[in-house]
Amino acid sequence: MQISITVNGVAQTHDVEPRTLLVQYLREASGLTGTKIGCDTSSCGACTVLFDGESVKSCTMFAAQADGGTVTTIEGLAPSSDEMHAVQQAFHEEHGLQCGFCTAGMVMAAAGFLAENPDPTEREVRLGLEGNLCRCTGYHNIVQAVLSAAKKLQGAR
Amino acid sequence: MIPAAFEYVRADSADAAIAALAEHGDDAKLLAGGMSLIPLMKLRLATPTVLVDLGRVTDLSYVRDGGDHVAIGALTRHRDLETSDLLATACPALRGVAAEVGDNQVRHRGTLGGSVAHGDPASDLPAVLLALDATLVARGSGGTRAIPAADFFHGFLETALAPDELLTEIQVPKAAGGWNYQKFNRRAQDWAIVGALAVRNGSTRVALVNMGATPVRARAVEAALAAGASAADAAAVAAEGTEAPADLNGSSEYREHLARVLVRRALEAAGL
Repeated sequence: MQISITVNGVAQTHDVEPRTLLVQYLREASGLTGTKIGCDTSSCGACTVLFDGESVKSCTMFAAQADGGTVTTIEGLAPSSDEMHAVQQAFHEEHGLQCGFCTAGMVMAAAGFLAENPDPTEREVRLGLEGNLCRCTGYHNIVQAVLSAAKKLQGAR
Repeated sequence: MIPAAFEYVRADSADAAIAALAEHGDDAKLLAGGMSLIPLMKLRLATPTVLVDLGRVTDLSYVRDGGDHVAIGALTRHRDLETSDLLATACPALRGVAAEVGDNQVRHRGTLGGSVAHGDPASDLPAVLLALDATLVARGSGGTRAIPAADFFHGFLETALAPDELLTEIQVPKAAGGWNYQKFNRRAQDWAIVGALAVRNGSTRVALVNMGATPVRARAVEAALAAGASAADAAAVAAEGTEAPADLNGSSEYREHLARVLVRRALEAAGL
């Protein structure tokens, strides 16, 4: 079947099998391998992208369900090639990663969360990221990074 | 993990979905948010040959004041429940329990109707529908019928819905009284190993999650409370009449213990 999805601002049309998962579509048809397949069972959140502005687990959505919609992946989050998104910048500054495998999903989940809750408490950040697992267990710095990004984004308003 | 191949049908209305079900019968499965069905398809525990996608049936997504009840479209997402201003005053238990489902990503996709129609006894939201005696409205090729929540859940992943029926609306009686939901799990995002809901709406209603093949009311607890028992004494009979499953997360006995503890906590937090 033919589907059209706007990925990172670029309209794309592909022929896919109906059973194609969104994460497969992004990695294989769009060539955007920043989105990771971790647990593949909608537990770990490594595959998190924004669909129509909201965080979703792309391993548990068919590409066909995204037909006509807008997807943002980690590759499309930064405003330009020489400027990081506030969440990416904060993960860098606060050392919000160790091995990095969960990072793309964490950053996308955090960006989606801050769009819904721009001024969260630490507890709200932890709850907001409950769908993302870091097997290095580096949660402390991740939470600090999200809090720091929230402040930066608020300052920019 | 890739699901088995299927034919994809996109329904643009409830009628189109029902017509597709009538045409394909048992081979077809409805896809709402997909948060329960897609994982089962990826494990090939579910292998529908026709998948009827309800994603474009947007007129079944609403939360409306129905007078003595709140009328909720079956395709209303958990996210829309947990942020609903109407539910904040008319049925805070439903709003609060919706916020306990899965995680943000799951709540952005998962729907109330999808969760209920899936019939998983470990789901959180059916507890609210059972406790408050909600009504589930189903439409099929034979017309529309209303099903009381108490008659809806038949067994593990089995409901009263016929193969050609679509759940369209859930009517939840207004209940502004105290409530509390205790969800016990090992990781924040996980299913409840056991869940216990207490809602005060005139009488006190108690429902249990993952204590049998279906979600269940803790009738013995409710009867004890009605007879004047304290929260602690009433909670002591929380496991009566249950058939708690045993799995990697715990034995039946462990779940019975959890039910007693969680019901006591829920009752106390609900103000009893």
